[in-house]
Amino acid sequence: MLKPLFRALFANRLFLAGGGIVVLFALLALAAPALSHAHILREPFKQDQKALDTEGMPLGPERGYWLGTDNLGRDVLARVVHGARVSLTVGTAAMVMATVIGVAVGVLAGFYGGKLDLGLMRFTEMMMTIPPILLAIALASLMDGKIIHLHPASVHWHFLDVELRRGMVSLFLVIGFVCWPGMVRVIRAQVLALKEREYVQAARVLGASNLRLIFRHIMPNLLPIVIVTAAMSTANTILLEAGLGYLGIGVPPPAPSWGAMISDGQAYFTLSPHMVIVPGVAICLTVLAFNLLGQGLQDVLDVQQKR
Amino acid sequence: MPLRLLNRLFWSVVTLLGTATLIFLLTSVVPGDVARIIAGPKATPEVLQQVRQRYHLDQPVPVRLIHYYGQLARGDLGHSFVTDQPVAQAILTRLPCTAALCATAVVMWMLVAIPAGVLTAKYRGSWFDRAILVLATIGLSLPAFWLARMLQYSMGYKLGWFPVAGFRSFGHLLLPAATLAVLYAGYYARLIHTSMAEVLDTAYVRAARAKGQSETAVLFRHAFRNALIPVVTILGMDIAALLGGVLFTESVFALPGIGTLAVQSVFNLDVPVIMGTVMFSATMIVAANLLVDVLYRRIDPRIKAAH
Repeated sequence: MLKPLFRALFANRLFLAGGGIVVLFALLALAAPALSHAHILREPFKQDQKALDTEGMPLGPERGYWLGTDNLGRDVLARVVHGARVSLTVGTAAMVMATVIGVAVGVLAGFYGGKLDLGLMRFTEMMMTIPPILLAIALASLMDGKIIHLHPASVHWHFLDVELRRGMVSLFLVIGFVCWPGMVRVIRAQVLALKEREYVQAARVLGASNLRLIFRHIMPNLLPIVIVTAAMSTANTILLEAGLGYLGIGVPPPAPSWGAMISDGQAYFTLSPHMVIVPGVAICLTVLAFNLLGQGLQDVLDVQQKR
Repeated sequence: MPLRLLNRLFWSVVTLLGTATLIFLLTSVVPGDVARIIAGPKATPEVLQQVRQRYHLDQPVPVRLIHYYGQLARGDLGHSFVTDQPVAQAILTRLPCTAALCATAVVMWMLVAIPAGVLTAKYRGSWFDRAILVLATIGLSLPAFWLARMLQYSMGYKLGWFPVAGFRSFGHLLLPAATLAVLYAGYYARLIHTSMAEVLDTAYVRAARAKGQSETAVLFRHAFRNALIPVVTILGMDIAALLGGVLFTESVFALPGIGTLAVQSVFNLDVPVIMGTVMFSATMIVAANLLVDVLYRRIDPRIKAAH
């Protein structure tokens, strides 16, 4: 039953290009510690005197440092690859959170209608009036303070071998919380349309409860639009993570975060532009990949996306 | 009609009140003793007490919230903790710079997006259409702060074509506006494309072609005018969002605009300015929403007929 779908997906160039880059980056991110261990990649934290020139400035792409070094003598390539771990983990976790909230709010508002709809949609609109970056900054400073302890000092995700440090958890919570309002309208519109379909009406007449209607009849048909929105919103969460890192409120140093690498490199831009160019290209490629993936899925699943 | 308008107006005010409450609650639990931020680390307890009294920090949160509503109703956004300047004044003095930047950017991106959108709608599925789609997706995937730095480095510093930073002449706006234009042009080309494609399939366009109108007249006199309506809606919202602060682009090019003010205030924990800039941008967005809704009905009689 899924065969034609897969055939259509693999015939779609946008999906292939986007999916290819995402898979490649995810594999690199997963393999990064092993690569460093096997000395194929350098250590992302190791500061090497020999990796600076005679005046103590960063090296350009040369002498075994494929993408040059940074101002502390760390290998930029290693840091970019290890940075993918931060970016992809935070981006994906935030996307999952945003999708869960967005779908929940959209389904509740669309299905139940009335006062609940009015209240939820007003709240969503209100959230949308605040610029996401400002809201994220306010939340981030709030959560990293001593007021709310929403996260333990660090979380070990053994299956990924990723250590979510203090800051990383609050980071994805913040980004997820900022990104959900953009999804609600699309989901709600779809629920409104699905609710009126004959089979849903028929199930209702046969005495199906509201919960059963939502989970058995509406949710499965929401899946395509949710998948597309989720892919596209991952692009947003990754951009936002980079932006917060750039402003210095991302994962705390010395963790390699692409946004923070750009802001570190700015001071050396005129002499060592690679410090800014390399992480920037990494962000662009990742975000582009998720956007292409979303576009491809949208074409194949035939979802009309409304803004 | 006036009743509908009143209803809309009422909900706009409710949304703004909600935003005010949310941002107030967020900032009132901000980490750190606000009085100590104002008075400095060496302040004596007496001075701290005075500061608390002056800014009503000694009162419970609900009382301060009601006080804040009263302030907002009078159009008073409070005084900056850092400069003691009235926040409303600080925002208004920076508005011209941001407005000029937005206007320049909008003109730039529309000059690219209109021809691109119209032509891709006419030649749907051609190589040109696909190229614009890919370019648009790339535009959506660029992080603003990185693009701004790259343009600043290449066009401003290396080639010396444009001023690098600051705001002393119109020329200083060109690079920042170009940054925004690159980010938005592709997106708008796609919007115009979608809208044009819909209109080109309608009967009246076929009628115009059938009566022997030239293709240019059909495209621009008949189709484009109607295709522009939904685009203008989104343009209105985007301009409002931009006026609320072009955070990254303004900070990179050191433009004295509202975005720079917002970023500075966040790093100084200058609470009244943070709240002021958020409220300003929220007001802009809500007002644009209202305006677009009203204008829409004026421009397009079909909407009125539908109700």
